[in-house]
Amino acid sequence: MITFMNNSDSEEEPCNERTSLMSAESPPVPSYQDGPQASEAGEAQAHRKRRTGGSRSPNTVADREMSDSGVPVRESALENEEEELTLKYGAKHVIMLFVPVTLCMIVVVATIKSVRFYTEKNGQLIYTPFSEDTPSVGQRLLNSVLNTIIMISVIVVMTVFLVLLYKYRCYKFIHGWLILSSLMLLFLFTYIYLGEVLKTYNVAMDYPTLFLVIWNFGAVGMICIHWKGPLQLQQAYLIMISALMALVFIKYLPEWSAWVILGAISIYDLMAVLCPKGPLRMLVETAQERNEPIFPALIYSSAMMWTVGMAKPDTTTRGPSQQTWDAAEAGRENHRSSSHTDSQMSETRSPASTRPITSSEELEEEERGVKLGLGDFIFYSVLVGKAAATASGDWNTTLACFVAILIGLCLTLLLLAVFKKALPALPISITFGLVFYFSTDNLVRPFMDTLASHQLYI
Amino acid sequence: MGAAVFFGCAAIAFGPGLALALLTVAAEPLRVIVLVAGAFFWLVSLLLASLIWFISVHLSDRDDAKQQYRLLIFGAAVSVLLQELFRFAYFKLLKKADEGLATISEDGRSPISLRQMAYVSGLSFGIISGVFSVINILADSIGPGIVGIHGDSPYYFITSAFLTMALVLLHTFWGVIFFDACERRRYWCLALVVATHLLTSGL
Repeated sequence: MITFMNNSDSEEEPCNERTSLMSAESPPVPSYQDGPQASEAGEAQAHRKRRTGGSRSPNTVADREMSDSGVPVRESALENEEEELTLKYGAKHVIMLFVPVTLCMIVVVATIKSVRFYTEKNGQLIYTPFSEDTPSVGQRLLNSVLNTIIMISVIVVMTVFLVLLYKYRCYKFIHGWLILSSLMLLFLFTYIYLGEVLKTYNVAMDYPTLFLVIWNFGAVGMICIHWKGPLQLQQAYLIMISALMALVFIKYLPEWSAWVILGAISIYDLMAVLCPKGPLRMLVETAQERNEPIFPALIYSSAMMWTVGMAKPDTTTRGPSQQTWDAAEAGRENHRSSSHTDSQMSETRSPASTRPITSSEELEEEERGVKLGLGDFIFYSVLVGKAAATASGDWNTTLACFVAILIGLCLTLLLLAVFKKALPALPISITFGLVFYFSTDNLVRPFMDTLASHQLYI
Repeated sequence: MGAAVFFGCAAIAFGPGLALALLTVAAEPLRVIVLVAGAFFWLVSLLLASLIWFISVHLSDRDDAKQQYRLLIFGAAVSVLLQELFRFAYFKLLKKADEGLATISEDGRSPISLRQMAYVSGLSFGIISGVFSVINILADSIGPGIVGIHGDSPYYFITSAFLTMALVLLHTFWGVIFFDACERRRYWCLALVVATHLLTSGL
């Protein structure tokens, strides 16, 4: 267990930190960032756009605005048209986000409901050292608050660390870290997951076959995420690793701590995005100054893939123009990082860019993608998974949380379009999710149960 | 019991609703958003209704079965009224959204008409209401057990499934009628919707 915990710790660490930082780094154009990182990144993006905007066509201004709003917006010269496109494309992009978030949640809920392993208590992470097996309620509450404080401070420290690394240009270190964490996620966690699923369904499996399967899965995943690969495969991998990460959290975070952590991290997100002194902001600004794309890190992209490479300093960097499905290192980072949805596309379009990516440019034209940080996926799935695991109301609670999170996402995108500046993505959804979880579990469940037993339909 | 009952009842309960959703709503992103938002509104109304019921139960005598039953009826009635109230609120919101979409669109018309939104919102209320009513029953139907072994009806699952299907479709129709009535200010239509809803729940 200790070894495992260590592993997961190291896994966690990069994740935690990265996510925090990464999100910020990601040049999420859209200010829709949910996590501190995201916001930063988004802002950076936005700023960057502004800077480079000049060289672009008049669309850039529009782009900037669009990117700010985080909604994939097509570049359009007219403000009105932009607004309209924003909304029109906004709806499409909202759906482009609904689908992966839903898929991730489905995977997590299906696993929780069928595989017993993830609901058994088998120790805790090193980040939450206080146990919740205490006799009194007050003690338990205190322990969970302490756990939360430790976890959040770990995240903050990691974020600051990452910002420092980025500031002092220790790119190799960051890349290495990302690769290491994605390796761990893709191989070790998948091995454990597969093992548990096979155990649940009592399927016999021999080691050579298992090795082959996991090797293929992991190797293709590494390539897809860090280098190039088909978009859908990459999206599938990102969804799967988010689900795996969420499952780890669901398993190893004690009950009350998990809820308090969810609440605390959305408050942190809110503060980090809206306060001028956050590490994420610094990250974004640094990236802007250097005119570099921030690590796309672990960002889910619904269309073009961001080039993670820091090495793409110019034209193409700005946007997903790179047709490169480079998820690059950055991807991993985002694990926890809050995500930011980028309206990458808006930025991307630099008509000037004459890379051999014409196809991508065309693609961009037609379909601006939306980016959402993986940290968001993870926390949404943690909430819904916990609801599925621990609620006695079973499916009603899970469904209520699911709808709440989707509506939160929708509202956040709407606010983004209205305010046109970086906004955190976690707070609204998590707040709705928490409110719905507790109220459905305690109020709605007895009501519906009683109604159902009398076969009364409302 | 088992998978056959589960799949059968699920198909009965959600067949029409899901078919409607897949064929008409799934393709258009705006409609999907209207669907999910409608579900949200219904959930909020349910939350408030169950809060009221919960408080009333706590304030009453727990052991008196008759009183509990009456409180349940009261809770159901309150829930119906709240649902209609939230349907009205959703109508107002959609109306505003419609105007907003119209103003920012290129040709001055919004990409989705109020009628479509009425239909989708009715469908959303129906689906979420049906799901909430029957999903736990369906989950139980997979497991082992015998229905009605204590003297209740053995047809519990299948009747629940049919009732749910009826409810889904009714909500859809109520949504359309309601929105139309609000548009044209035909208050008797509104009253009709509310009355039939109460009647259906009371049956």
